[in-house]
Amino acid sequence: MNKKYNRWFWSILSLLALLFATIVLALSIGEVNFSLGELISIFQKSEGIERSILYNIRIPRILLGFAVGGALSISGLVLQAIYRNPLVEPYTLGISGGAALGVAICIVFGLNEFFPLLSLPISGVIGAFAVIVFMYFISMRRTHLNINSILLTGVMISFITSSVIMFLLSTTTSEKLQNIIFWTMGSLEEPNKYLIYLVVFVSILGLLIFYFFVSQLNALRLGEAHAKYLGINTNLLIKVLFIVASVITGISVATAGVIGFVGLIVPHLMRYLVGNDYRILLISTFLSGGIFLILSDVLARTIISPNELPIGVITGIIGGLVFIVAISKSKKLLKF
Amino acid sequence: MGKILKLENIVAGYKNKFMLQNISFDVMKSSFTGIIGPNASGKTTLFKTIIGDISLQSGQIIIDGQDILLFSLKEKAQKLAIVTQYFDTPNLSVEDYVLLGRYPYNNRFQFFEAKNDYTIAHKYMHLTDVFKYKDRMITELSGGAQQMVAITRALTQEPDLLLLDEPTSHLDIKHQVQVLDLLQKLNKELKLSVLMIIHDLNLAGEYCDNLLMMSHGKIHKSGTPKEVLNYKDIEMVYDTLVVTQENPLSKKPAVFLVSGSVKDSS
Repeated sequence: MNKKYNRWFWSILSLLALLFATIVLALSIGEVNFSLGELISIFQKSEGIERSILYNIRIPRILLGFAVGGALSISGLVLQAIYRNPLVEPYTLGISGGAALGVAICIVFGLNEFFPLLSLPISGVIGAFAVIVFMYFISMRRTHLNINSILLTGVMISFITSSVIMFLLSTTTSEKLQNIIFWTMGSLEEPNKYLIYLVVFVSILGLLIFYFFVSQLNALRLGEAHAKYLGINTNLLIKVLFIVASVITGISVATAGVIGFVGLIVPHLMRYLVGNDYRILLISTFLSGGIFLILSDVLARTIISPNELPIGVITGIIGGLVFIVAISKSKKLLKF
Repeated sequence: MGKILKLENIVAGYKNKFMLQNISFDVMKSSFTGIIGPNASGKTTLFKTIIGDISLQSGQIIIDGQDILLFSLKEKAQKLAIVTQYFDTPNLSVEDYVLLGRYPYNNRFQFFEAKNDYTIAHKYMHLTDVFKYKDRMITELSGGAQQMVAITRALTQEPDLLLLDEPTSHLDIKHQVQVLDLLQKLNKELKLSVLMIIHDLNLAGEYCDNLLMMSHGKIHKSGTPKEVLNYKDIEMVYDTLVVTQENPLSKKPAVFLVSGSVKDSS
């Protein structure tokens, strides 16, 4: 058993090292590049334009990328555990779609002109919650949860929300159109620092709550029925996990836009790399989700510099390709 | 000898559909009891009622002297362990899978397995002879070995009563005998009470001390295999012609089927 804990220790340590390297990379690359030595000397200064680039532009993006990447990844991980289905992620359950619709409505009806800073995230969270509440009443009020019906309902909600967004897009002005499209594709640019702190706080809180249920998550690997026979109130457990996953997704999507694939790829890669035990899986999925999104953001803002690509484009292309290659190379990947 | 499980006037079932009607019976401590009966006779409904998947409409289930409704879920899992015919096989090593059986004893905030959990898991893995698969993935094992591992996981719950739902129906005869021999050994050596749904009448007669024959949601007859497995009762309940004889070695009842052509010619 010591061997197992040893392996866990080294996994976390190497992920932390990788995270550190990623952060250094993300700090030094951009419109202006800094060497490692320059970075250290900039941090020692108390003012200056370089310092301002780091503190006002790059560090906030890194923080947001870390929090959103981590939140979407553990959300996908836990949703996969609940539904025992490898294709589930926040996006397929309609939660991301609900958030996107909320934001689109907010922009089209000009609500964001009243509270420019907070209206988009708030409407995103409301949209995500509307979907959660709808899902809850459709499939959770019954005494027994039917997982397939929830899954299908989620897929349908995704279709409906994207159709309604299309409808809104085709009837609105071109300026609003661009706003919505850009937001829909995701970006880590967020002017409001407090919002970033909030996302960081909520995603770490989500991780801690999931850790609170970690032994139940492990028992859930036996299937819902057998977890119940082991003494777990599975109905309650699944509800709580579902709601926490939805909340951290809603806030992430509302702040950074729809960033697909992270919640699908990262959990699978981590299952493959560190094994199936949620005690190590949760933390390593969170860390690597953060690393993945910070790196994607570095690419998004450097490939066509000085312009910026939507980060959803990067996660979609890179993540999708890596995933397809990995699946074809290894049969173990999609296993639970 | 006390009763590990006592059912009193159980009424339960599905709405407007199949119902169990006034089932009463006792399972004695360290007995080996089989539930037999044709399809749709209520075996599985009874099983699900005992483990709590179907709620009681009236009557009482008493485990070890206490009403089952008074146990918490974890306490219940320390009394009853359940093995089903088919179960999910997660991508876990056999050892990790078996260790999950310790969940009902874990402290709410226990993060690492206690040393004691490993000791208990290994003890039962040696007993059931699955220790050799310790580091293998459960998905790589044969159906029979998976069933042995599932039983081992149930044993690490250290239950008073082991409930099995057709544990051998999908196995070949070698593995059927292997699984049932194991259950018999556990029953004799650990004094573990076993209650098992079993389709195969010959295996039921060979291994069980007590049989409960169900028909149309009621208990048709209960007693020793010799008392229950006679051609009259079997033909009445299964609506099928059979011949019963004694197994020359074990002296237990054996049931032979009669095919249509034989029936016509005799």
